[in-house]
Amino acid sequence: MQVSLNGALRSGAGGAASIEIEAATIRELLTKVVERYPDMSEYLDRGIAVAIDGVVFRDDWNQSIPQGAEVFLMPRIEGG
Amino acid sequence: MAHDNSYTGQKFEVVGNRFIRPDGVDKVTGKARYGADASAPGQLVGLVLRSPHAHATIKKIDASKAEKLPGVKAIITAEDLPDLTGGDRGMADILENCMARGRALYDGHAVAAVAAVDAQTARQALKLIKVSYKKLPHVTDVDKAMKPNAPVIHDWIITGGVDPKPAKPSNIANRTQMGHGDVETGFAEADVIIERSYKTEQTHQGYIEPHACLASVNPDGTAELWVTTQGPFTYRTVCATLLGLDIAKLKVTSSEIGGGFGGKTHVWTEPVALALSRKANRPVKLVMTRDEVFRASGPTASTSIDIKIGATKKGVITAATLELRYQGGAFPGIWAMLACMTGFACYDIKNQRSVGWDVIVNRPKVAAYRAPSAPMAAYAVESTMDIVAQEIGMDAVDFRLKNVAKEGAQAPYGPLYGPIGIEAALKAVKKHPQMRAKLKKNQGRGIACGFWFNIGGQTCVDLNVGTDGTVSLAVGTVDVGGARSSLGMIAAEELGISYDEVKVHVADTASLGHNDTTEGSRGTFSSGMAAIFAARDAIEVLKGRAAKMLDVPVDAIVWENGQAKAVGKQHGNLPKLSLKEIAAKSPNTGGPIAGHNEVVADGAGMGFACHICDVEVDPETGLTKILRYTVVQDAGKAIHPDYVEGQFQGAAAQGIGWALNEEYVYGDDGRLQNPGFLDYRIPVCSDLPFIDTKILEIPNPNHPYGIRGVGETSIVPPLGAIGNAIADATGVRMNHVPMSPIRVLEALDQAATLEDQVSAG
Amino acid sequence: MSEAVMVSTKVNGDVVEFACPTDEVLLDSLRDRVGVTGVKEGCGTGDCGACSITLDGQLVCACLVLGVEAGGREIGTVEGLVEDGQLHPLQEKFIEHAALQCGICTPGFLVAAKALLDNNPKPSETEIRYALAGNLCRCTGYDKIVRAVQAAAKDMRKSSSRSKKR
Repeated sequence: MQVSLNGALRSGAGGAASIEIEAATIRELLTKVVERYPDMSEYLDRGIAVAIDGVVFRDDWNQSIPQGAEVFLMPRIEGG
Repeated sequence: MAHDNSYTGQKFEVVGNRFIRPDGVDKVTGKARYGADASAPGQLVGLVLRSPHAHATIKKIDASKAEKLPGVKAIITAEDLPDLTGGDRGMADILENCMARGRALYDGHAVAAVAAVDAQTARQALKLIKVSYKKLPHVTDVDKAMKPNAPVIHDWIITGGVDPKPAKPSNIANRTQMGHGDVETGFAEADVIIERSYKTEQTHQGYIEPHACLASVNPDGTAELWVTTQGPFTYRTVCATLLGLDIAKLKVTSSEIGGGFGGKTHVWTEPVALALSRKANRPVKLVMTRDEVFRASGPTASTSIDIKIGATKKGVITAATLELRYQGGAFPGIWAMLACMTGFACYDIKNQRSVGWDVIVNRPKVAAYRAPSAPMAAYAVESTMDIVAQEIGMDAVDFRLKNVAKEGAQAPYGPLYGPIGIEAALKAVKKHPQMRAKLKKNQGRGIACGFWFNIGGQTCVDLNVGTDGTVSLAVGTVDVGGARSSLGMIAAEELGISYDEVKVHVADTASLGHNDTTEGSRGTFSSGMAAIFAARDAIEVLKGRAAKMLDVPVDAIVWENGQAKAVGKQHGNLPKLSLKEIAAKSPNTGGPIAGHNEVVADGAGMGFACHICDVEVDPETGLTKILRYTVVQDAGKAIHPDYVEGQFQGAAAQGIGWALNEEYVYGDDGRLQNPGFLDYRIPVCSDLPFIDTKILEIPNPNHPYGIRGVGETSIVPPLGAIGNAIADATGVRMNHVPMSPIRVLEALDQAATLEDQVSAG
Repeated sequence: MSEAVMVSTKVNGDVVEFACPTDEVLLDSLRDRVGVTGVKEGCGTGDCGACSITLDGQLVCACLVLGVEAGGREIGTVEGLVEDGQLHPLQEKFIEHAALQCGICTPGFLVAAKALLDNNPKPSETEIRYALAGNLCRCTGYDKIVRAVQAAAKDMRKSSSRSKKR
C-alpha cells in the first residue's frame, strides 16, 4: 500500500513523497519503514503520528490499517 | 474488556446541562491550594540567580562568601546537575535551560541557585555570589539571526531539511516544507496575485500564578514534588531523568493550577528545587517572581512571515504559499514546522506550499502557548484573504466559503479531512446578527477563521463505587478550567445516576497510571472517553452483583436508568435494584465495586472556529476599542456549555491582547525591557465587551459522545479578525502584531502622507 | 538585615499577632505568618490584584503595604466573606455563573467586587468593568465575572430591600 510522507519527514526516505509498504497495523508499518529507510528512525525518535483515512493516531501502535486506507506519516504534534 | 469509541448518537440526560463544579466552593473561599500554598516542616526558601546578559561565557562562579552566610543551607550550579541524559538532545537542552552550563544564553538564564532558612537570607546570599561573565555578541530578532553575518549561538547547529547540507553552522536549526499540487501552475492560472509580509512579536501565556513547587528529596532516593503543572507525569519523567532518580520513587502531586495554557507543560525550576533539596537534605520551596516568569519560562515565538495568494476573478484560490520564520529561543524548536501544518488548514487549496524556518536567538526557550504557532500563521493568511477578496470585489465571508475546506479536502499536513466544522462556522457567522449591527464613523468589522488539532493520548481513570452508593472518579488529567464538572457529568450519564452522587478528583502520580499532560485540548476528550469506559466496566460488575442478589444468570440483567433489571418472562416480577442498593450489599457480594480504564484516546477531531469583531479606532491616539465580539466554534458535543463558552471567551481574550497590546520588548543590549504586568499589558476588564459565543455541535465520529477538544482553537482567529476590522475602520492594513496605538498611528500617518503625495502629484 | 517588629492587627474580625521584619510586605506576612493563603501573589508589584484585601475597608494590594503598617488596623480577605457558614452572594454567583476557570484570581476579584458593591449597590456594566480593572484574569475574558457581579448585586439589593421592609 502507498504510504505518503509529510514534507517534514521526506529526507528520512531520501526525499520521496510516498513509499510502498505492506502492513496490517501501525506497529508493522513503522517497523518496516525503519528497516527499509534507516534514516527514518531519527524522525520516529522525535515523534511521529500516523493518519489513517484522515484520523490522526499518535500513540496506539496496535491500530489496524484497513485495506485501501489512505495512510499518511506526519510529525507528532503537541498542544498548549 | 475492549471498548468501542465510535460516536453513538445517543440522547443525554445529564450531559449538556449546566451543573455546579465540585471544586467551586474551595476556589471562592480561598481554600484551594495552588503551587505556592503548600509548606513542609523545616522547609527552606529557594531562589535563583540569573544572567543579566543576553549572551555571555560564564568564566567563574564564586559562591564562597554566600556559603558562609548563616542560614544558607545549599548553593548549586551546573556542577550539581551532571548530564545524565545519555545523548538525548531534547533532554540535554532542558537540562541546560534549567541551569546554564558554562554559557548564559539569554537575559534571565539561571546560573546558580540558593536554599536558605528564609527569603531575606536567600536574597542576601544571591547578592554574595560573584559571577564573572565575558559578554558575547547577541541576536534577538528572528530575521537578523538568519543573516549570514549574525553571531552564531551554537556552533554545532547545521541546518536540517536543507540539501545539500550547509558547510557552516548557523542559527537556522531546521527547514520544513509541506504542501501539495503545483504552485507555479496554480499562480499562472490566477487573475489576481497578492503578496504580503507580516511580523508578530513574542508573547507570554500570562498565567496569573507564577511557577511554584515544594521539593523534598530523601537520602534513600525517594522524593516528592508538589508543583503547579499541566502534566505531573511528564514532570516526573523529566525530573527523574535529569536528577538520576528512579521514576517510580518520585511522587509528583499537582496542586490546583493557576493557569497554564501550555506554559506549564515543561519544567523550569523544578529540577533546580529538587537538586537544592537533595544537597540541603531539607524540603525546598521555590516560587518564581513575576519578572522571572517573563524572562525565564517559555513564551511563544516571534515571527516574520511572507505569504502569496493567487485567485481567479470568480473567487477560487488557485495557489498559495507561506514562508514562516519562527524563533524558538536559545534552543532548537519545532514551531515553524507546526505553523506549516496549520497555516492554510481552513481552506481547500489544491496548489499550496508552506516552508518553515526554525531559528535560534538569545531569548528564553519557547514553549507551547494555546494552539502553538497557529495564531501567527493565521494572521498572515486571514489578513491576506481579505485583501484578495477586496481586490476581486467579493464579500469576505463569501470568499472564504467559496474556498472552505470540507470533508475529503487535503489538509496542509497531508491527509484528507473527515467531517469538520469550518463551513458550518462560516455559515453561522454569515447569519449572525452582529454582521448586521450598524457601524458608525471610525468603526469597522472583521472576520477570521482558525484551526487547531486536538490530541488524545494516554489516559487512565479509576471509578470506585462507595458502599453508600456515591461514586468517586479519579482522573489523571489536571483540571485547568472546570473539566472536573464535565467528567462527573459523563460518569453520572453512563451510570444513570444524578450528578451530585459523583465526586471527581485529580490523582497524583503514585495513585494512578500514566496520564499524558493536559494540553492539545485533550482533557475532556480523553479523560471523558476513559470515564465512559470505566463506568461501563463498573456497570458490568454491578450487573454481576445484581445477578447474585436476585439469583438469576448475569445475562438476564440489563442496566437501565441507574438500575439493574432482570429481563425475560420468568424474571419479570423481580424488583429492580438501584446502584445504591447494590453498593450497600457489596461487602457481601464480592467486595468493593470499581471500574477502571486505560485507553490511548486516539482519533481526536479537529477544532475549527470563525470569529466576528467590531472595533472603533481613535484616529488621534491609534487606540483600538473592541465594540462587539462573537466566537463561533465547533465543540462536537458540549458536555457542560458554561465551560465550553469559558474556553471560547478566554482564548478570544488572549488573542485580543496578543493582537492589540502584548509584546516582549528587547533592548539593544538584548535584555527584556518589560518583564511585568504593567508594561506587558494583558487585557483588563474594562478593555473588553461581553464576548458572545455560539457553540456548534458536529459530532466527532471517534468519540462515543462526539466530543471535540475546544480549549485552544479560539486564540487563532483574533489577530486576523482584528487586523481585518482595523482595515475596515481606517482603510489601513496593519502588518505588525501587536497592532498597538503607536503602530496604528504610524500606519495612519503614513497612509495620510501617501494620500497627500498622490493628490498633490 | 532588618529586625523583627511585633504587629498586632485584626484579620477578618479575629485578633492576630505576628513578628516581621520592617521590609516585609503584608502579603507575605498574611500568607507565611498568619496562614491566610487565600491572598495570592501574582506579580508582587501591585499590577495584578491577586492579593486584593481591604485595609480598614479600603481596597488595596497587600503586596504594596508593609506588614508593619497593619498594626492596629482591620484587614479583610476572601476568607472573611463566608458568614455563619453561608457563602456570600458574590461567592454563590461566581460559582453559578462559571465566573472562574482556574480560580487563582477569584479571591482578589471577590474582595474587589465586594468593595465595589459595598459602596455602589447598583453599578452599571461600565462601572463594574472599571472597578475591577485592577484585577487581572487570564482564563475567562471577564465575561462571566461581570455577569456574576451583576447577578450578585441584584440579589443583594433584593434581600436588603426585604430586610428594610421588616
